[in-house]
Amino acid sequence: MKTTEEIYNILVEQFGEEGLELRPDEVVAPVIVVAPENIQKVAKYLRDGEDLLFDYMMCLSGVHYQKEEQLAVTYHLNSTSLKHKVILKVIMPQDDARVPTVEQVWKTADWHEREAFDMFGIQFEGHPDHRRILCPDDWEGHPLRKDYKVQEFYRGMKVEY
Amino acid sequence: MHPVICNQNQCPPILLMGLLDKKYQDSNIIIVSLEKALNWARKSSIWYMQFGLACCAIEMMATAASRYDFDRFGIIPRSSPRQADVMIVAGTVTLKMATRIKRLYEQMAEPRYVISMGSCSNCGGPYWEHGYHVLKGVDRVVPVDVYVPGCPPRPEALLQGFLHLHNKIMNESLVEGVDPTKPVVVDDKGGEDIALKNVDETDEHKKAQIEFPQQDVQRKEKGA
Amino acid sequence: MTTVKQKAPEVSLSPPVEAGNGLKTQEMVVNMGPQHPSTHGVLRVELTLDGEIVVAAKPHIGYLHRCFEKHSEEMNDYTKVIPYVDRMDYVAAMNNEHGFAVAMERMMDIQVNDRVEYIRIIMAELQRIASHLLALGTFGLDIGAFTPFLHCFIHREKILDIFEKASGARLLYNYIWVGGLMNDVPPDFKKDTHEFVKYFRPQIKELNDLLSYNKIFVDRTANVGVLPGKVAINYGVSGPSLRGSGVKWDLRRDDPYSIYDRFDFDVIVGDGSMGTLGDCWDRYMVRVWEMEESLKIIEQALDQMPDEGDVHESLPKKIRPPAGEIYDRTETPRGELGYYIISDKKSSPYRIKARAPSFVNLSVVPAISIGAMVADMVAIIGSVDIVLGEVDR
Repeated sequence: MKTTEEIYNILVEQFGEEGLELRPDEVVAPVIVVAPENIQKVAKYLRDGEDLLFDYMMCLSGVHYQKEEQLAVTYHLNSTSLKHKVILKVIMPQDDARVPTVEQVWKTADWHEREAFDMFGIQFEGHPDHRRILCPDDWEGHPLRKDYKVQEFYRGMKVEY
Repeated sequence: MHPVICNQNQCPPILLMGLLDKKYQDSNIIIVSLEKALNWARKSSIWYMQFGLACCAIEMMATAASRYDFDRFGIIPRSSPRQADVMIVAGTVTLKMATRIKRLYEQMAEPRYVISMGSCSNCGGPYWEHGYHVLKGVDRVVPVDVYVPGCPPRPEALLQGFLHLHNKIMNESLVEGVDPTKPVVVDDKGGEDIALKNVDETDEHKKAQIEFPQQDVQRKEKGA
Repeated sequence: MTTVKQKAPEVSLSPPVEAGNGLKTQEMVVNMGPQHPSTHGVLRVELTLDGEIVVAAKPHIGYLHRCFEKHSEEMNDYTKVIPYVDRMDYVAAMNNEHGFAVAMERMMDIQVNDRVEYIRIIMAELQRIASHLLALGTFGLDIGAFTPFLHCFIHREKILDIFEKASGARLLYNYIWVGGLMNDVPPDFKKDTHEFVKYFRPQIKELNDLLSYNKIFVDRTANVGVLPGKVAINYGVSGPSLRGSGVKWDLRRDDPYSIYDRFDFDVIVGDGSMGTLGDCWDRYMVRVWEMEESLKIIEQALDQMPDEGDVHESLPKKIRPPAGEIYDRTETPRGELGYYIISDKKSSPYRIKARAPSFVNLSVVPAISIGAMVADMVAIIGSVDIVLGEVDR
């Protein structure tokens, strides 16, 4: 079982400090922030590295930080054999939110990334089936953004009460 | 042996069912209006289309199970809209689903009814305020006959909804057409439809009424 | 407000293939539409068929998307989120509330007293039995067996009676609150629960006699929809669907929350005795055996439960968690339910994401249904046990 600091040190040894940042004082658990370009190779190493073995992705969610005008993707990972957890975050500007997909590493990410695209408009480069999952295909806007205004009519039906 | 006469307003459905249960103990002639008999037959065997959307579907299944039995009213589930009489919209209707509900309603054969079960299909339910994807009431896409409130409604409440539907069906009339919301179209090209017109106004009938008394007068004048 | 452009989905079929004698065959796309008699809710599966055999199955979801996450941001109190949390997995409402309460209490560092913990555990395990009964009953109904459905619902009604006496509602309770419970259990709760445990144990044997070892049922579910363990972990499958593939992973044992470490119970895994390891029959039997384990936990909890304790003792006056985020997970009857809660010190949540087990379990259906026949699709979807309220939230 490893703590987040030890995992961060292993990652820095492998890839260097460029693009990796540890935030140890977060409530409730420390977070490793990864630059968007590096997420694919970091993910693969986390899954296959012999002391790490993060074979189970618990959750992938999008977050909109309105004050800082940023969109973020949070990855929660877990190892079924070594029983440790880690939290990764990728932070992007809200007007140009693009991040490579980790669908080839964990298949869980397939539908989670489609949902993050549907709700926030985050583009996942390389995703095999990049389309909306919960809202209809001709829906306008990305609902979970903080500045979202719902449309008035959808196909002739009034949306508001 | 005397016939039992059931008048238009004085024939409660229970009396009819009681007569059949006793297998004609008092008499074996029932006189009843065709409308009442047909309506009674239709209401005793309503087949609903299995259309559970959300939580209310679980209560609908519980109503169909053995504690709150649906089958004792003759109500059984059918999977296809073509074979169903009533569509119970049980659960939240979303905008994505609303177009499909309209299509299913159009596939049902008349006479057809809709029971809206639960708050969500009545008016949007707990999602009325901030639900951007929820249709605020299924009556925005299909006409609803009975609203059953509750979140979810108890099985007894759904059964009461069906009893209200029974009353509605019993009060329907053959003459005015089966679907009271649709106007009856009379085809004037292929001959007159006498049943729809008032009997007194037919020309032949008027001629017949005038000639008959005059014939009598002529006979009186001829003979003594 | 800009929408990111996406290309419209295409239906692409392979061109017609010569089949000899001047005939051609072509694949067919058939819709297992949002309204279908398997009572799992509004799920649309687009099947590409080569005759009767499924070449590809693509689930389309979103027909029950009720905007839970946007709602929770607009509520000005965390307690107002609990009724919406109920309605996500409407078959196992107590477990949803339990998960939310555990996550919030860990974030705000609230300790609840023992009586509250024991009552929560008993309610959660009773709800687990009720949810499995519904899953097994409807699974049998999909396969074609009507009698076990009626039997399962009779047993479920007895559990719902206990819940109704405690919380007032049959299906969606709003009972487990952050820091305690809505109100204490009625005086005859222990007696009722003891009676139910005594009544239900022989009923599991009856269910096995009726359905589980029935030759037709075994023929329809064994060797169908085989899910290997490593594939399941990569797809993020959890709960009985994962344990049916032989992986011994149960959050109550491997990542314990609440007071589950005080109880003695087994983690059931499938064994492939009727067919291949990880087929529909294994996933079904794991649920049947898990009901027995839940009875064990309930009995131990009833013995150990203290009679004194105020259930409102640790209820916070105003829920204002510290600024930060937490991801916490619990084991519901369908798998791992996780809540990712971000708070910015205000009384209304900044972001609540619910990681629903059925959402993830459903994503494995396209992979395990290649080569199955159309009738097997019903068995596969039924054995994965999804609830659409959770999938779409």
